[in-house]
Amino acid sequence: MVKQKDSDLSLNLKGTQAACATCPAHHAANLKKLGVDMENWDYVVALAGNPNTGKSTVFNALTGLRQHTGNWPGKTVTRAEGGFEYDGSRYKLVDLPGTYSLLATSLDEEIARDFILFGQPDVTIVVVDASRLERNLNLVLQVMEITSRVVICLNLVDEAERHNMQVDHRRLARDLGVPVVPTAARYNQGLEELLAAVNEVATGKVQSKPYHVKYNLPKLDLAVSQLVEQIQEAFPQVPNARWVALRLLDGDERIIRAVEEGELGDLTSDQPSLEEGSVGHVSQKSGFAQ
Amino acid sequence: MKDNIKELLQTAQDLRWEIGDGFHEQIMESLYADATRIADRAVTYPDQKPRFDLDRTIDNLVTSRMWGFPLMILMLTLVFWLTISGANYPSSLLSSLLIDTVHPLLKSAVASIGMPWWLSGVLIDGGYLATAWVVSVMLPPMAIFFPLFTLLEDFGYLPRVAFNLDHIFRKAGAHGKQALSMTMGFGCNAAGVISTRVIDSPRERLIAIITNNFSLCNGRWPTQILIATIFIGTLVPAQLGGVVSALAVVGVALLGVLLTFLVSWALSRTVLKGEVSTFNLELPPYRPPRILQTLYTSVIDRTLIVLWRAVVFALPAGMVIWLTANLTINGTSIAEYLVNFLNPFGLLLGLNGVILVAFLVAIPANEIVIPTVLMLTVLVTRTTGIGAGSGVLFELGSGTATLDILTRGGWTLLTGVNLMLFSLLHNPCSTTIYTIYKETDSLKWTAVATLLPVLMGIVVTFFTAQIWRLFAG
Repeated sequence: MVKQKDSDLSLNLKGTQAACATCPAHHAANLKKLGVDMENWDYVVALAGNPNTGKSTVFNALTGLRQHTGNWPGKTVTRAEGGFEYDGSRYKLVDLPGTYSLLATSLDEEIARDFILFGQPDVTIVVVDASRLERNLNLVLQVMEITSRVVICLNLVDEAERHNMQVDHRRLARDLGVPVVPTAARYNQGLEELLAAVNEVATGKVQSKPYHVKYNLPKLDLAVSQLVEQIQEAFPQVPNARWVALRLLDGDERIIRAVEEGELGDLTSDQPSLEEGSVGHVSQKSGFAQ
Repeated sequence: MKDNIKELLQTAQDLRWEIGDGFHEQIMESLYADATRIADRAVTYPDQKPRFDLDRTIDNLVTSRMWGFPLMILMLTLVFWLTISGANYPSSLLSSLLIDTVHPLLKSAVASIGMPWWLSGVLIDGGYLATAWVVSVMLPPMAIFFPLFTLLEDFGYLPRVAFNLDHIFRKAGAHGKQALSMTMGFGCNAAGVISTRVIDSPRERLIAIITNNFSLCNGRWPTQILIATIFIGTLVPAQLGGVVSALAVVGVALLGVLLTFLVSWALSRTVLKGEVSTFNLELPPYRPPRILQTLYTSVIDRTLIVLWRAVVFALPAGMVIWLTANLTINGTSIAEYLVNFLNPFGLLLGLNGVILVAFLVAIPANEIVIPTVLMLTVLVTRTTGIGAGSGVLFELGSGTATLDILTRGGWTLLTGVNLMLFSLLHNPCSTTIYTIYKETDSLKWTAVATLLPVLMGIVVTFFTAQIWRLFAG
């Protein structure tokens, strides 16, 4: 079972109005599940993750919809959408197909990547299986190359505990540079904290500095920085020039086409784009976990 | 294209040559190395010694070469046995309530307000009775079958089924993930066809779509269960009836699986030739099923929705059947003309005209095959002095009463067996046909997927009938 040990402190201050107002649990009562009613949303949230990590369960818990969940990988074949209202803002939640990577080698991966890249969700929740962290982090690292607006939903912590594993979510948040929220979505645990983290990233209260993979290839670094310069000249608004540069170097047809047709120019960043200086930089800021 | 974009793409191409081939692997390696490093820092195992791993133990058993298939068949039989024996009592309760009690009440109520006979016929003897039949025949087995199936799914058993079947699908030249779409088809073929989207290769996807109809869908389970119960279950002493009927249903379902393999194999050797693609199948951990939630979702999402669909189609179908039974040309009703017209062909297949008409009427929804068969049989037997009203069903509260009606309609064990076979092998319902068209975007493949099973059904029932008659005299 998950225990939100960190919120115990603020719970002890019960009765103090001021303290309660800042406690994530206070806002939890504000969750309004909107089901498929999602007119006029304020924020779009994408739900990514490896197959069978409980994305659909999280989706259902937040939207109040009952998309069929089954214990098998690759169950969500189409994009499901639903809505919820939290803390006065309306959110549209998009459940992406489960994928192991975003290299667009299959249709699923292409759907997921296109949405995270071109759909420009305000927040991307990556649902991660705590008991298979290593494999799941591959996807996390790839998502963080595309967008910095990431919240990690460290799901299935109950299962990890059953396998006698303990995942230090605060250390993970520090290393990844984005908020990490432990959850057991099947038992509705941790979802309130997840919502609070999503809200903070959506409203810009928290600005993440995600960790970017280091390649240790001097030749590559040189090529990337040369391309990044040209990309930023051609598309000054592009929020993820480094990732685009890598994809171009890898000969990714879809991205080459997006450059050719100027589709890339439609991408905007309403938050300060990550300057090259921070590439590979691990954020010193901690405390994302709550 | 702007100059700076052209220049950008050119630079990218030049640089790609410069940094050389190995760089993609290098990127992936760095990615994996970082993921491993970060995961290692975050994960701790307080108790490092390997403990007894329940998941692995179960996996070794259910996916073993020796026990995998027997356990699969055993599990399937158990589910059907629970469904058949559990549905018996509530079914007869519902039918005695809806048909024996409410129906006469409705009749006398409308008689007292002076409703014309034809209107009360259409509404009550047609629409109401067909609906009542669908509810009493279908609701109890579905309310048991779907939760059981969903529990197995929630527990994590289905991917193991896929794992067991994978190598057979590969040998058949199809994609291993077809095991998943096939399993979905056991719920609903339209859903099964949609779920083939998990297969990326168009060739293998087409094979999966065309063969999905060989998975018995829930519109056909009640037909199988009812016919097996009254024709095959009654061949053995009563205590064994449930188990034997369950085995018969499992047999038909397995025949469907076998045909899926055979047809996939034939397609991939002829019109849909090509390479078999590889994929990773992750076996998820076993999870304790959430019983209450499963009950809720399977009753709401599956049982009631499927039942609703059946009712929506049964209501107008019941009215139409009543009308065709009561509109006469030269003293013979339209339904009788149809039945008599198709009867010779039906008998050739070991079926009869009534069954063929029923399958035509049931194109929108397989669920109404049995109600239509019963209504039409009563209609036809009326002409030989049995039964009392055109297109009216009555007093069919129990299986034996149904058997009684059917044997008076000239049914034999062969008719029952061939009805089960034909129910497995005939065209998909109209929803599935439409879904196939939407998914393939091709009239040709839709026609293949629609007509192939009917042709196979005609061939199989024809030979069954000929061989049967040869041996049974």
